[in-house]
Amino acid sequence: MNDGEITQKRDRHQLGFWAYIMTDCMLFASMFATYMILKNATAGGPGASQLFDLGYALLLTILLLTSSYTVGLANLALHNNRRKEFIGYVAATIILGVSFLVLELREFAVLIHEGHGPDASAFLSAFFTLVGLHGAHIAVGLLWAIVLAWALYRQGRHEDIKRKFGLFSTYWHFLDVVWIFIFTIVYALGVA
Amino acid sequence: MITALVLLGVILLRGVHFDILQPAGDIARQQRDLMVIVLSLIGIVVVPIFIMLGWFAWRYREGNHKSKKDDYKPEWHENTLLEVLWWGIPIAIIAVLAVIAWQTSHSLDPYKKIESNTATIEVQVVALQWKWLFIYPQLGVATVNKLPIPEKTPIHFTISADAPMSSFWVPTLGSQIYAMNGMSSQLSLIADRTGEFAGVSSNINGKGYSDMKFTVYSQTDADFKAWVASAQQSANMMDDKTYARLATPGLADETSYMLMDNMLYDKVVNKYMHGMSHGDSTGGTHVMPDGSMMKNSDVQTMEGM
Amino acid sequence: MEWLIGRFDLSYLPSDPITMGAAIGMPLILIAIVAALTYFKKWKWLWTEWITTVDAKKIGIMYAIVAIIMLIRGGADALMLRASTAVSGPGGTQLFETDTFQQVFTAHGTIMIFFVAMGLMFALFNIAVPLMIGARDVAFPFLNSMSFWLFFAGMILVNASLVVGGFSNGGWLGYPPLTELQYNPGPGVDYWIWSLQIAGIGSLLSGVNFFVTIVKCRAKGMKLMKMPIFVWSVFVTTVLIMISFPMLTASLGMLSLDRLAGMHFFTSDAGGNPMMYINLIWAWGHPEVYILVMPAFGIFSEVVATFARKRLFGYKTMVWALIAIMFFSFVVWQHHFFTMGAGANVNAFFGIMTMVIAIPTGVKLFNWIFTMYKGKIDFKAPMVWFMCFAVTFTIGGVTGVLMSIPAIDFQVHNSMFLVAHFHNVIIGGVIFGYLAGLTYWFPKLFGFRLHDRLGRWSAYFWMVGFMLAFMPLYALGLMGAVRRLDHYDDPAWIPFFVVSAVGVVVIGIGLGLFILQIFYSVWKRKTLRDTTGDPWNGRTLEWSVPSPAPHYNFAIEPTVSRIDEWWYQKQDGVSVPKDKDYKDIVLPKNTSLGFLIGMAALALGVGLIWHIWWLVIVSFVGLVLFVIRRSMDDFTEHTLPAGEVMRMDREARGI
Repeated sequence: MNDGEITQKRDRHQLGFWAYIMTDCMLFASMFATYMILKNATAGGPGASQLFDLGYALLLTILLLTSSYTVGLANLALHNNRRKEFIGYVAATIILGVSFLVLELREFAVLIHEGHGPDASAFLSAFFTLVGLHGAHIAVGLLWAIVLAWALYRQGRHEDIKRKFGLFSTYWHFLDVVWIFIFTIVYALGVA
Repeated sequence: MITALVLLGVILLRGVHFDILQPAGDIARQQRDLMVIVLSLIGIVVVPIFIMLGWFAWRYREGNHKSKKDDYKPEWHENTLLEVLWWGIPIAIIAVLAVIAWQTSHSLDPYKKIESNTATIEVQVVALQWKWLFIYPQLGVATVNKLPIPEKTPIHFTISADAPMSSFWVPTLGSQIYAMNGMSSQLSLIADRTGEFAGVSSNINGKGYSDMKFTVYSQTDADFKAWVASAQQSANMMDDKTYARLATPGLADETSYMLMDNMLYDKVVNKYMHGMSHGDSTGGTHVMPDGSMMKNSDVQTMEGM
Repeated sequence: MEWLIGRFDLSYLPSDPITMGAAIGMPLILIAIVAALTYFKKWKWLWTEWITTVDAKKIGIMYAIVAIIMLIRGGADALMLRASTAVSGPGGTQLFETDTFQQVFTAHGTIMIFFVAMGLMFALFNIAVPLMIGARDVAFPFLNSMSFWLFFAGMILVNASLVVGGFSNGGWLGYPPLTELQYNPGPGVDYWIWSLQIAGIGSLLSGVNFFVTIVKCRAKGMKLMKMPIFVWSVFVTTVLIMISFPMLTASLGMLSLDRLAGMHFFTSDAGGNPMMYINLIWAWGHPEVYILVMPAFGIFSEVVATFARKRLFGYKTMVWALIAIMFFSFVVWQHHFFTMGAGANVNAFFGIMTMVIAIPTGVKLFNWIFTMYKGKIDFKAPMVWFMCFAVTFTIGGVTGVLMSIPAIDFQVHNSMFLVAHFHNVIIGGVIFGYLAGLTYWFPKLFGFRLHDRLGRWSAYFWMVGFMLAFMPLYALGLMGAVRRLDHYDDPAWIPFFVVSAVGVVVIGIGLGLFILQIFYSVWKRKTLRDTTGDPWNGRTLEWSVPSPAPHYNFAIEPTVSRIDEWWYQKQDGVSVPKDKDYKDIVLPKNTSLGFLIGMAALALGVGLIWHIWWLVIVSFVGLVLFVIRRSMDDFTEHTLPAGEVMRMDREARGI
């Protein structure tokens, strides 16, 4: 493909990806609306203020926000064609992301173990699904990052990887923004 | 051909009762009149559409030998005056309809009580699978699938369900409203004459849905009082045991009962309320039979998402 | 055994004669198709030409074939329903068990909306949009293929339910708590959920695909306000799809979590809120009906201008009307449940917003009528479809405005009046529009026209059949008849149901004629051949390429400078391309991954429905692996050399 066609392809993919992000926004918006309507439907059980630990949530937030920072650094490294640096920062992102997921799953496990699983009340169904949906997106993102890093390691075709990693960064930052909403609406406002 | 059509019409229309167009209650009458008014207003726009459609199709068809030279203007595609007309007139009509919609949305709001010198009769309705339970808390009686009411008397319904969502509807008397578990919706109707009127559920709630019918018996005051008296002495008792039997899926016959438990309706609604805490009831107000508000409820209507 | 086959057992096989007949018939037809393919040695052809194609035109044809087959299925459902109600009055008999009846109307609605209407819509998007904007294909050809196979997977699931398990009985939108485990523990509702969920993802991705296609792939010089109006209608539709479908995904997703994981979003207990489901799904559902009808509007804009041989009246206002309808369709959803008790102010707001949509819609009608004015109208089949649409859809619009008044809706909601209204606008608007579109663009795809007289007669039968089938339903609604009844006890209703049943048969004849038209035209294709590529003396770019359109659509990328570019080019004199005008063309390669992803999704659906957890895991992993494989695939294109293009183009044009 010539340069013009590559630019066209990149343009289309960028617009298409942003369009996809918008649809993902709508999906999260639906789940946020659901959560806000159901957050008091505790079926006589405990609510947000009893169950959530703000400190723990803050830790999760720090992990995720840092991972966004490392993604930014990875992007820079890629643009400067520094392959090893790029892979390093991607690895850091993956480690932070995995830590985030592990801690989140731990929170879920504890809640379930104490009898406050998603099947206990509408509030908990909404909580687990909203946060879980975000976590699932993170998991997909981690898989994506691994595949991208491996692709670069194997092929070394920088131009295409730059384009694809650009899309990945958009995705990852988007999940960050969603998490900030989750932190605010679910944890901070819930505990207040 | 015309005879055949007329005959067809006679056959079709014999015995037909257009419940909605031949109402027996004030609410339904207002709604019928509203339909006529609205249809007429819409007709202002629609009739010319049909006329022009037919006329232009005929006049400008390709094989029209009577067409003049000036009749084909392939580049003519704009005309400000016409656009002003067919934006302006519909906007005006919709504006009128909007005002009508606003006003009648309030005047015919199911939650609005009917003003009358006659005392209102309270009826609590529980939609079950697949029957209707009617409780008259002030009168100590209850019925299944039959709804005797005195004519020319406002009836105030508080409606709930112990089953998937149904819809309480007496077409000849007026509006329908959903019967939902854990919710209490309200409706006011009045019959302006005696008679028997069909009542239905208009929302599917399972296999027996088609049989979820009830009959409204609009009676004279005297007849109604007589029925109440006999039901109050009825051997059939509406208590928890009877209710439990009714709540199991199945059909039921028209029966009158002596009401043993005045709080039966509240119990049914509260069965589902346990899931929600303060400030969470959405759609449908929670109102005691006498109209006062239930404790621990916030009215929060579903104003979209 | 349970770990292997989940909750399946023999009791889920059909037991009444009708469903048994269908359950045996369908696999028999499949076997016949497999046998034919084997006998005629067409497997390779099927694989390389159709299953692995990423060519939008072929994908469009596949959508259309599936949609028409599903139209037959949905129509058969309708016939069953009306035959049933014609004889199930007082003193009558029940043709089917109530449970079957309820499954049939649920399947009827689900199939018609999701697989017929959406299927035909995507068919026409694929067939017409790239050609109309001067592009070679859509923005994401692979995604296009994947979307089709997801749609296909959903279609298989719906039909599989007929053979084993039964379908949902909760209506096409499946309101809880009726569709929750408490009242509906069996696989029927799950079939409904997963066939829609999977097909829905396909639809969403197609929305993104066509949105980007229209924004980024238009020919040079084709500014937005110079696009054909059909493309505008697709454009606003894709915006609606992208914004609304995630809400369907969310609703179905939460219901599936309730059913699979014991959650409580919409259950009767533990705080569940069924009213929230109704809000969320209608927040999707209302935009959905505008998604369906706006492309039909676009088709008619093209058809009327072409067959009246006249420029479309008021192009700009048509565009603004489409945009207005798009915006308003997001703020009216509550009118589907005025009777849920939201209060006078809320009802009034949504009612007024609803009737406001009538304004731009009415404007469009006027614009079409005045396109006819001082035109020279050739009443070929597409134009006849337009006339049928104009009459039918307008009546539907009238009853729609009537019902937008909350106080009136209280008396007609969920009655047969409502059923008549929505069939009025869907059949009159969507179906007539899409059948017109298929007829209009058929020659571009296949190189010969459909037989015109059969097409016109199909339209007449649809029109008369529609009136017979649905006008009585308006009357029934006014008589207090509610929808979805499988028996009733008012004898006065019987004649109306009988006339309606006759109407369905007449519609069936209309559909039969349409299909006959296709087969007959294939048989007579030599006499119906489209030799110029421009059988209707068209106005837009697709008519500038030979028929059937070559794989690459345009040998030379066109440049555009005005609305109806092709029409005016013909008047100015079409220039013959010189040798040097031909350039190499890069085309996407075929791929099997779209199909494989669709099949993995199908397997996933089966696993989730029947609780076959190993299948869920295997198919999910497979799905992920296929997606990763595709993302690693770098050699996805092949080049057609300029010389080859020149040779093919000159040959097709007979130069």
